[in-house]
Amino acid sequence: MEYIGIIIVAIFVNNVVLSQFLGICPFLGVSKKVDTAIGMGLAVTFVLTIATIVTFLLQKGILEPFGLQYLQTISFILVIAALVQMVEIVLKKISPALYQALGVFLPLITTNCVILGVALLVIQKDFNLMESIVYAVATAIGYAMALVIFSSIREQLALTKVPKALQGIPVALITAGIMAMAFMGFSGIDQVFK
Amino acid sequence: MNKQCKILLNGILKENPTFVLLLGMCPTLATTSSAINGMSMGLATMFVLICSNAVISLLKNVIPDMVRIPSFIVVIATFVTIIEMVMNAYVPALAESLGIFIPLIVVNCIVLGRAESFASKNGLLSSVFDGVGIGLGFTLALTLLGASRELLGTGKIFSLSVYPEQYGSLIFVLAPGAFIVLGYLIAIFNKLQRKKETISSN
Amino acid sequence: MAKLQSSFRNMFLSLTLICLTVAVLLAQVNKMTETPIAEAKAMKLQNAIREVVPAFDNDPVAASYRMPDGTGDSLLVYPAKKGEELVGFALNSYSDNGFGGKIQIMVGFDMEHHIVNYAVLQHGETPGLGSKMTEWFRDTNKPAQSVIGRNLSQGALAVSKDGGQVDAITASTITSRAFMEAVNRAYTAYSGSREDALSGATAAAEKKEQKTTNEGEENHE
Repeated sequence: MEYIGIIIVAIFVNNVVLSQFLGICPFLGVSKKVDTAIGMGLAVTFVLTIATIVTFLLQKGILEPFGLQYLQTISFILVIAALVQMVEIVLKKISPALYQALGVFLPLITTNCVILGVALLVIQKDFNLMESIVYAVATAIGYAMALVIFSSIREQLALTKVPKALQGIPVALITAGIMAMAFMGFSGIDQVFK
Repeated sequence: MNKQCKILLNGILKENPTFVLLLGMCPTLATTSSAINGMSMGLATMFVLICSNAVISLLKNVIPDMVRIPSFIVVIATFVTIIEMVMNAYVPALAESLGIFIPLIVVNCIVLGRAESFASKNGLLSSVFDGVGIGLGFTLALTLLGASRELLGTGKIFSLSVYPEQYGSLIFVLAPGAFIVLGYLIAIFNKLQRKKETISSN
Repeated sequence: MAKLQSSFRNMFLSLTLICLTVAVLLAQVNKMTETPIAEAKAMKLQNAIREVVPAFDNDPVAASYRMPDGTGDSLLVYPAKKGEELVGFALNSYSDNGFGGKIQIMVGFDMEHHIVNYAVLQHGETPGLGSKMTEWFRDTNKPAQSVIGRNLSQGALAVSKDGGQVDAITASTITSRAFMEAVNRAYTAYSGSREDALSGATAAAEKKEQKTTNEGEENHE
């Protein structure tokens, strides 16, 4: 039951983009078409899950036992950067088709605050390994969902008349704001599962 | 000196990271619920920008091309960790309200972007001035956004009451308000830029 | 100076050198900021305790211990003394049912079961709504919502919506309920501590009497 609570909160109540403000750059940049949005969503899910597991083990296995917590930021980001490189290489060898679909997004993901953000949050919230994995996957699903909804709206927006000054990013931001407002309606829904 | 001043102003206006380059959106939206938070975030990022630009500019000929991105990341992460420790030691309340966005400076596209596009190709003094300019541009943008949200949402700026709190719209301090106010600010900035161009071209 | 070639040796050397320098630098800064960070944390705790109990002159943090809170968990209790006499207890209580997650509060009681004051240590509540709890429940100008001075020996605290006596924060019932839960939890641990302290004081007094009697007997011989 507790896992359901984590999942609901990560996807709806505390949506990673619309509520926690992580992953905004690609959110605004990759969301002009629905299929690129789906591609990005999949790539994030993939990398986020693996990255969370690895950084979690790094924290509990090396940083904490040796009192090296101050190296957390630097070791996490290096691990993530190395991981993305490896994933790219492995993906190219194992599944060229998947690599074609996701490949272009992978380098972008290293500097995506979602990955580092979730890795840090999971330590902060004191989750165990299983809870961290559930949280990471749920967060990625929430991200993908917000991305797909947003890109569908933007595809429509491109066909309408928008005042000159608001064209492009400004109107996209205002749309995202209204979406965030809509998602606020999910607040408290996790109380049902308590 | 004129060259350096130009670089400085460039970062504030022509290549303002928030309103023009549209980089570093995550901390921009997340830490601007009040003017003081926005300003602190901007200043912390400026510290990292100046230091990393300086170091990378000094090391640019010693870092082989193939490993430049990992090296840049290590340098940036070092200064982020330093500012994190210093803030936790001397301004803990502020560090707590900025939360995970302090360590997230390391993935702020502005810092890595500037290292890659400017510091790795220019001299020490220019790189430092670029760091100051971009940092100031970022800080000003964040302070403006934070002040607007704080004023509209709670009737205060920098915790000084401008009008009674009950007339404020709480939404501006919450998540949706961040998106909406930033959207309108960028629109206003665009309009002013375009007006300036039409005036100068006439 | 031309850029260094991207040979394997150069890449390895430059990366290793950078990492080593960085590691040494960070270890230094860490050493320098370790003490101020720990001090800041301790100061925060001391200030919270000072805010919630009557004036004291001992070191409550040094004298702290754990007390069960009635739900299977235990809380940190900070006894406040003036001279040899106990003046109150500060308890580091919490609730996991806040709107935005865990709420951590320091509650202070005097020796007669009355709440002296409280201080919110940590919360993730919505700004402008649940976050109001930092001041709402100790607004002595509004007795219906203030918990200051309330005597919990007559019953646990609850919001009016749940049939209790405290007015919840407008539009923030969940936060208010979590706050009540944290206070009640603190009270359970407080009663345990108070009982222990009083019976311990009586036992100590008896022991002292016994000792003086024994010493008196010894002197006689």
